[in-house]
Amino acid sequence: MEHLFNIFIKSIFIDNMIFAFFLGMCSFLAVSKTVKTSIGLGVAVVFVLLITTPVNFLVEHYVLKKGALAWMGESYADIDLSFLTFMVFIAVIAAIVQLVEMVIEKFSPSLYNSLGIFLPLIAVNCAILGAALFMQEREYQTLAEATVFGVGSGIGWMLAIVSIAAIREKLRYSNVPDPLKGLGITFILTGLMAIAFMGFMGIKL
Amino acid sequence: MSKVDREPIFSAKNLKLFTAPLGKDNPITVQVLGICSALAVTVKLKPAIVMALSVTIVVAVSNVVIAAMRKYIPDRIRIIVQLVVIATMVILVDQFLKAYAFDVSKQLSVFVGLIITNCILMGRLEAFAMANKPWPSFIDGLGNGAGYGIILIVVAFFRELLGSGTLFGYPVMEKLGIYTIGYQNNGMMILPPMALIGVGLIIWFQRSRNKSLIEKK
Repeated sequence: MEHLFNIFIKSIFIDNMIFAFFLGMCSFLAVSKTVKTSIGLGVAVVFVLLITTPVNFLVEHYVLKKGALAWMGESYADIDLSFLTFMVFIAVIAAIVQLVEMVIEKFSPSLYNSLGIFLPLIAVNCAILGAALFMQEREYQTLAEATVFGVGSGIGWMLAIVSIAAIREKLRYSNVPDPLKGLGITFILTGLMAIAFMGFMGIKL
Repeated sequence: MSKVDREPIFSAKNLKLFTAPLGKDNPITVQVLGICSALAVTVKLKPAIVMALSVTIVVAVSNVVIAAMRKYIPDRIRIIVQLVVIATMVILVDQFLKAYAFDVSKQLSVFVGLIITNCILMGRLEAFAMANKPWPSFIDGLGNGAGYGIILIVVAFFRELLGSGTLFGYPVMEKLGIYTIGYQNNGMMILPPMALIGVGLIIWFQRSRNKSLIEKK
């Protein structure tokens, strides 16, 4: 239990998707103009990560890894499909995003209306594929670890986008040099936030 | 013969496709595409150059592939088709790097795979290759890859020089004898935040040179 909690805290603060690895920057820069939309996108990302990371974990352990196909019989035991990782992961993510979109549309139209426009964007959000690839690279052993890692990274991403959006809303009233307006100042702000987040690096878990 | 209306391979229009993304239409600083994987690989020059080359190859080739089949792709499933083409290219690049440049491949870790979700690819495929012939698409891909590469290399140059005092691993600062007069490496430059601030400064520099890029608000 304590171990899972460590992964959770680590994925939110220390290995923050945006401040430590710059994943999902594209939608981050495009959407972080108002707090309200960034909360919407943040929730959608957490939600998709909650589903895709465990599914990709299962796919990796029962299909892709060397020897993972052993459950199909002796003759499949030494097949190594790991070179297909990227394609399978991105296909799983795209399919799940589509599925999630349809399910939400069917069962909760109000949630669909608030999340709807963001969901298709998420399929190509680097944070989602990034979480799947990090999960693979760090060799998490159990489904629980992978799930907790997925949710934690999602929450970390959401935390980052909401806080930057809040700063950008206030920034509208300040006098930024013309060439820095918009994109430039956002980069520098994100950099300063990242420096602040480096304070968490000292935590030993 | 259909020779009459054929434009030369390096016509002015095609050349412009190549040069525009290097400057005023740069994918990173102006179109805001492909920042995701750009920043994390800029600690050292070598991985940055390898990354820039990989992205250029993937963009150019998948642009050609998509442009060649643009008339046969049903509109509704074009995103999946694009993703499959890109993923195939990235797998090839990844396997190639693993075979011939294993240490760089280790340094780039997940970021080679993340080329798939690099917005430059989807952006250029959607915006250009779906509506143009293969050859201009190829040039467009090369141009955008190069524009992306320039930013990566500039950021990596300063981060490696000021952060570790080396270039391509060669100890420049030590050979110049700067340490003897009390200079020290700036450890801050190696850390992730400086990549963000570095790109911010490049944007500032570029936009103060070219006023037409300034965002109006």
